[in-house]
Amino acid sequence: MFDLFYKLTGSEIVSGVIISLLPLFLFILPFALFAVLLERKVSAHMQDRLGPMRVGYHGIFQTIADILKLIQKEDIVAKDNDKFLFNLAPIIVFTGSYAAFAVIPFSSYFIGSNINLGIFYIVAITSLAVVGILMAGWASNNKYSLLGSMRSVAQIISYEIPTILVILSIVMITGTMNLNTLSEMQTGYFWNWLIFGGPGLSLTKFLLIPFMFIGFLIIYISTLAEVNRTPFDIPEAESELVSGYHTEYSGMKFAMFFLSEYANMFAVSAIVVALFLGGYQSPVGYLGDLFNAPWLIPIEQFFWFTVKGVSFVFVQMWLRWTLPRLRVDQLMTTSWKYLIPIAFFNLIIIGIITLL
Amino acid sequence: MAIRTEEMVLNMGPQHPSTHGVLRLELTLEGEIVTNVIPHIGYLHRCFEKHCEAMTYPQIVPYTDRMDYLASMSNEFGYAVAMEKLLGIEVPERVQYIRVIMAELQRIASHLVALGTYGADIGAFTPFLFCFRDREKILNLFEITCGARLLYNYIWVGGLSHDIHPDFVRKTREFIKEFRPNLKETNDLLTHNRIFIDRTANVGILPIETAINFGVSGPNLRGSGMKWDIRKDDPYSVYHKFDFDIPVGDGRNGTVGDSWDRYFVRVQEMEESLKIIEQALDQLPEGDVTSAIPKRIKPVVGNVYGRVENPRGELGYFIISDGSTSPYRVKVRAPSFVSMQVLNELCKGHMVADVVAILGSIDIVLGEIDR
Repeated sequence: MFDLFYKLTGSEIVSGVIISLLPLFLFILPFALFAVLLERKVSAHMQDRLGPMRVGYHGIFQTIADILKLIQKEDIVAKDNDKFLFNLAPIIVFTGSYAAFAVIPFSSYFIGSNINLGIFYIVAITSLAVVGILMAGWASNNKYSLLGSMRSVAQIISYEIPTILVILSIVMITGTMNLNTLSEMQTGYFWNWLIFGGPGLSLTKFLLIPFMFIGFLIIYISTLAEVNRTPFDIPEAESELVSGYHTEYSGMKFAMFFLSEYANMFAVSAIVVALFLGGYQSPVGYLGDLFNAPWLIPIEQFFWFTVKGVSFVFVQMWLRWTLPRLRVDQLMTTSWKYLIPIAFFNLIIIGIITLL
Repeated sequence: MAIRTEEMVLNMGPQHPSTHGVLRLELTLEGEIVTNVIPHIGYLHRCFEKHCEAMTYPQIVPYTDRMDYLASMSNEFGYAVAMEKLLGIEVPERVQYIRVIMAELQRIASHLVALGTYGADIGAFTPFLFCFRDREKILNLFEITCGARLLYNYIWVGGLSHDIHPDFVRKTREFIKEFRPNLKETNDLLTHNRIFIDRTANVGILPIETAINFGVSGPNLRGSGMKWDIRKDDPYSVYHKFDFDIPVGDGRNGTVGDSWDRYFVRVQEMEESLKIIEQALDQLPEGDVTSAIPKRIKPVVGNVYGRVENPRGELGYFIISDGSTSPYRVKVRAPSFVSMQVLNELCKGHMVADVVAILGSIDIVLGEIDR
């Protein structure tokens, strides 16, 4: 991707800027607009309502109207806020979730940076959000915000451990941290995906299948917690903490938190898809192969990646509008007493199987 | 070196999504653990009791609506029961039956709000809208009856403001038919949800002795295992003619008297209310509903205490008459006011999230606490 723009523009800086802005304008912003509407429609239809209906056909322009409203809103900063941290926090939170998109392989051509430590980089960079959240809670000078951000930090740190243990088991099987290589490895049909034990037809593959399913469940649950979605939306818990760490934010700063939440939702789904569900690989083969049109393949790959990612986002929404919320101690119990030991044993067993 | 720590005082409300109105709770926190809860009330005080002294007896009826605004019919019913006891009025059968139907419909509507908002407090928002969808149907029934959806002014001293709509019986039967499966759906979605049980069972345990000492009544008392219901134990109106059970908490998911028990008693009570309504509709006699309404109410000197089983507990009116057309004093025993007193007992040692769960489970209405 970088080479393409380098050839076109002849400047490293210009092509670097283009590359870094591409996911934002091509994907994150349209996705956030779409996801907010999807969330409202999904929740509405689950609750015997219609949801937004006024702006455009079935309210399809509702989020655009909302964004316009948010832009025009007064940017309120309370008197006793720590101004510097208060303004910095939404930027840091957004940077964390935005930077993760740099290494996500949307298709074999559309990958921001094809670095070898892709998955390691995602784990590291998404933790940046913790700093921003704590900053927001502290700088707001609001007890509810502080409680919310404290909970959030405890939660995200606790749930990173099972996530990383599962990622480690994948790395053990495949021997690579490069997300693009991981996706390429799972080429072919859906039984070559890592959730079905990876490519090939050996005994190891069939032994791995149950443990890969366990790993998949663990990583899905813990990523749900990492992006603060129900049943783990304790940091925001509107019935207890009003709205958690972003209680005091308004206007575009609030929109930044909002945007990063939805960007995060897709980012974690993308990680799960890339690791377990074949990344951008089609489950049933490509039309490009069928019609002998190689240029079609990357577009199809992008389509499949988006479909897989959005369907996981849909499941996140589905859970949100079905399940109640856990309590803080129950949340910690889930992570430390169940997910981490299971993930650890899963890791050991997968290690033994790969040694076979 | 020891780290210096201090307790945090957190003001919850009066503008807070889950204080169910304008209650302010002063929480003392040690981390997330609550060490003390002080409720501050009075944000909705409208001098109901003092107002009554300046009004004639029939004029008080619409004011009773505004106390427990989720159970206006029951409030009017209580006032009518107390006044008829004071005046010694014999009310026609048809009036009694319609009053019972209205009070039980109101009980279902009120419990639906309690259930729905409780779900929302725990973080499940969908049951809230399911409950409000069903409540809407009851409000429609009330609307065809008396034109109002929230504050009815329907049950008058000695009768009703007017008879029911010709379609009322048919529509109520339709509602019952639709509501039973909906209730099951809500139960599947919320009541037996594992996370919901984890959040509510063994949280805010109200032992039966504490409940009695504080004077708690209604579903909160029954949730603690006490089979006490004024409809059975001190029957008023025509409740003795109906066959229904008094559900009590059995601690099937934790300890007797925990939040889940209080919640589940309400669910079961709605089913019992449906039974009562069905029986009352079958037996509904013909007759005039306004014949016994006195032209001018001027009771003899004396006092009276009339009580009814409101959705939230024992609603009592203590009325002192000095022989004039307006009361000398009216005192209301509000069930929410009494239930709220146990909050501190229930919340100590729990977490902030549990305060919300406990407050929701005792189901208070601030309009009634402040009056």
